[in-house]
Amino acid sequence: MSCRSLNLLKNLARNANGSGIQTRSVTYMPRPGDGAPRAVTLIPGDGIGPLVTNAVEQVMEAMHAPIFFEKYDVHGEMSRMPPEVMESIRKNKVCLKGGLKTPVGGGVSSLNVQLRKELDLFASLVNCFNLPGLPTRHENVDIVVIRENTEGEYAGLEHEVVPGVVESLKVITKFCSERIAKYAFEYAYLNNRKKVTAVHKANIMKLADGLFLESCREVAKKYPSITYNEIIVDNCCMQLVAKPEQFDVMVTPNLYGNLVANTAAGIAGGTGVMPGGNVGADHAVFEQGASAGNVGKDKIVLENKANPVALLLSSAMMLRHLQFPSFADRLETAVKKVIAEGKCRTKDLGGTSTTQQVVDAVIAKLD
Amino acid sequence: MTMAAFLARRLLGNRSSQILGTSSSSSDAFISVARAFSSSTTPIKATLFPGDGIGPEIAESVKQVFTAADVAIEWDEHYVSTEVDPRTNSFLTWESLQSVLDNKVGLKGPMATPIGKGHRSLNLTLRKELNLYANVRPCYSLPGYKTRYDDVDLITIRENTEGEYSGLEHQVVKGVVESIKIITRKASMRVAEYAFLYAKTHGRKKVSAIHKANIMQKTDGLFLQCCDEVAKKYPEIYYEKVVIDNCCMMLVKNPALFDVLVMPNLYGDIISDLCAGLVGGLGLTPSCNIGEDGIALAEAVHGSAPDIAGKNLANPTALLLSGVMMLRHLKLNKQAEQIHSAIINTIAEGKYRTADLGGSSTTTDFTKAICDHL
Repeated sequence: MSCRSLNLLKNLARNANGSGIQTRSVTYMPRPGDGAPRAVTLIPGDGIGPLVTNAVEQVMEAMHAPIFFEKYDVHGEMSRMPPEVMESIRKNKVCLKGGLKTPVGGGVSSLNVQLRKELDLFASLVNCFNLPGLPTRHENVDIVVIRENTEGEYAGLEHEVVPGVVESLKVITKFCSERIAKYAFEYAYLNNRKKVTAVHKANIMKLADGLFLESCREVAKKYPSITYNEIIVDNCCMQLVAKPEQFDVMVTPNLYGNLVANTAAGIAGGTGVMPGGNVGADHAVFEQGASAGNVGKDKIVLENKANPVALLLSSAMMLRHLQFPSFADRLETAVKKVIAEGKCRTKDLGGTSTTQQVVDAVIAKLD
Repeated sequence: MTMAAFLARRLLGNRSSQILGTSSSSSDAFISVARAFSSSTTPIKATLFPGDGIGPEIAESVKQVFTAADVAIEWDEHYVSTEVDPRTNSFLTWESLQSVLDNKVGLKGPMATPIGKGHRSLNLTLRKELNLYANVRPCYSLPGYKTRYDDVDLITIRENTEGEYSGLEHQVVKGVVESIKIITRKASMRVAEYAFLYAKTHGRKKVSAIHKANIMQKTDGLFLQCCDEVAKKYPEIYYEKVVIDNCCMMLVKNPALFDVLVMPNLYGDIISDLCAGLVGGLGLTPSCNIGEDGIALAEAVHGSAPDIAGKNLANPTALLLSGVMMLRHLKLNKQAEQIHSAIINTIAEGKYRTADLGGSSTTTDFTKAICDHL
């Protein structure tokens, strides 16, 4: 998918002087009625969430995209997701979400985790890549981190054995490991990716991560054209910092996936620009790829300096998921052009623009 | 207080409180000072585990540099045996372990754990028997050796005994495995105390506790609680709490934001290797394990590199820098500084570098260059 849009971008760049000859990709033939507007649940969330979801709403409006949003107000301090929100997501099957701030320390279990568990969104996907025109310390980064989203260290099973001694259970099951491995290989196959790397710590956690690796190896056998290898998580982080170009698709259990995704996002440009989403058998929730904890940073909200690029690119992913490829391509090219130009960038990318200015620039670049 | 510490306190007079640290510091501070007194007359005994592969060559390097710098250390060498010692249930003999317990200080090269069943990993044996509770790894950019990051200067302190690496796993039913992560107040307090003491004695301004307490509320919550309590005793040090995914992101974007990091076992493993990657890899990273009763075992964390063993190509920097850490622990700061500057200058000059740093010198040439720089 990203290869196609990069080609499109190259073509557009070549024709930038207005030679008038547009190269178009071969037609996508929809079924009759596919153009009917689709409902998408929208959860602005906390902190910068409302700012960036508003950005998406504006751009969708400007493109006349065949989707309309059903907005719901949810905040991180709520103990449960309101039932009407869950019903809406179940009906629409697709949701776009800003961040939900999880209070640190105790009492309330994270709403993000609750949402994933209830809808069984077992795969979390983050696409980390260098954006043309955005200088970073590392080149040639194009990594997709696919992370198991429901079990592992985030099972939430903790208890105090005696005062001063606490246990937390990490649960790994063959069922979940197998389905995430299957999803990772399927993703690689459908997106023309050449290599899948499994990240683990099976030299220490022999049974738990060993089970995860076993499942990956079994699935790898069914895809002989895709290269499969394994790497220990501490070595993986070191390699990401030194030679990120060696990685393509990475499949990981829950905790390592969180760390690897954030590290990869950091080396490729920051969490402000990386798209991502969570997908299950029946539902999909799109949000910013990696979390930077900026959800709660009031200063960014007050000054309107939140970076909308990540959520805009995630909404492009969502448009593809809904089978509206040309809208997705238009949105992506507009965003990439704005970044490549370098005139309109928010603070985290080294610029001084506000969120609104970036949105306006993107809308101006839509063709 | 021990007799030696009491004497030390009287002899040091009114500077004693400064040198010996706060009253809540662990006994290792006292023993270190008492030991420093004995160094002026008799050499200090330290255990040396050359290890496997390139171990013996780089250990030889260390011995040469230390002799050239007039460090009064008597090395007590021990090798990993080829048979399992029934008293320790591993390839490390009882005598080796006793030697470290007696000498209280040691230097360890890379040890390759033989693959097989029925015996404990060597590193695990050392850790459990010597009760090494904190792993300290300073990561700083080496001037003259350019990596993508130039302004790294941080220290990772990792809890070394419990957490996710307790080794308690079992299969519940077929296809379902549980692994238990344990956090205790005792271990968390111990490592937090050490982290703040280290920060204070080395003049560091900030300590960051790394956690994932928004998800693992009770376990990492307990760890954070302990860090909070210790932080209150050191009001002059800035204390912050950072969620681990944030931390990873900030480290790769701007490592200058961090100073001292303290964390539980698993996060420590990953973050310390990530930081090593920022400055040039495991071949350049020193490390020191701190145990109860003032035991310090400095070690080189890279592998034994069997493919270049015996060819005089190995880079001794990691083991040398670990040796420097050991000297600082023994309060032999003058010589530690001398050797440290010699190493930094040799690498910065660029004339003598081993293959992994992009040069073509042999181990012996590199070592000689360092001795010349002293």
